[in-house]
Amino acid sequence: MASNAAVPFWRAAGMTYITYSNICANLVRNCLKEPYKTEALTREKVHFSISKWTDGKPEKPTIRSDSPED
Amino acid sequence: MFRQASRLLARTTASRRSRAFSSDVPATPAQDSNFIESWTKVVPNLDPPKTPSSFMAPRPATPSSIPTKLTVNFVLPYASELSGKEVDMVIVPATTGQMGVLPGHVPTIAELKPGILSVHEGNDVTKYFLSSGFALIHANSVADIIAVEAVPVDRLDPALVQKGLADFTQKLSSATTDLEKAEAQIGVDVHSAMNSAITG
Repeated sequence: MASNAAVPFWRAAGMTYITYSNICANLVRNCLKEPYKTEALTREKVHFSISKWTDGKPEKPTIRSDSPED
Repeated sequence: MFRQASRLLARTTASRRSRAFSSDVPATPAQDSNFIESWTKVVPNLDPPKTPSSFMAPRPATPSSIPTKLTVNFVLPYASELSGKEVDMVIVPATTGQMGVLPGHVPTIAELKPGILSVHEGNDVTKYFLSSGFALIHANSVADIIAVEAVPVDRLDPALVQKGLADFTQKLSSATTDLEKAEAQIGVDVHSAMNSAITG
């Protein structure tokens, strides 16, 4: 494997392909015209509920969702 | 007698797994006939179990002569834009430039950059702006194009694109760390691609 093959600039800066692809997709979504833009952004909203476990029991879950606390 | 059964079955599954490159494989049969024969020899009373390959739609064979149409599957994470559509040609925005794909194209895997995908069917051309993705072209003239985000070009707002381009050009000149520079560069690339898509 040629280890000094030309790597894309984002990989050289330490970014993975997934991160690159998601950034591109977000940029495109932010440049859409109105009804499509809100559709796209609501479609991509993510909602996490995370709970840490100690001693085999879950603690109180924290809710995280995308945009607000960016 | 049943000890031999597992040996026979193991032998047929092992031989089934010794494949050459995926581009050389002929049409996969819906059920492995070797397996069924060995099964009926050993256990004639029970039906052979269904194997995963019998649930899958068989891969279309590589025809010996070049087909007249290209079958395109264009998918996004949330929708399947085109599924098994027969077209004359597609032009994909590969990182190495705009690549035209006709029926009979060599099997290729191409990484895509932000740009326009155009699907040509007779006299109609449908254009989509892709954010990034991959195009997989198989030997049997089936093209799978996968993208994270794809919109028809008329859904892009020129004012937002111009603003984004100006913002990111400015961020690029004021970026310090490698990562910031990379992000700003990505922004500039994507917005200039959208710009040329709208004006081109």
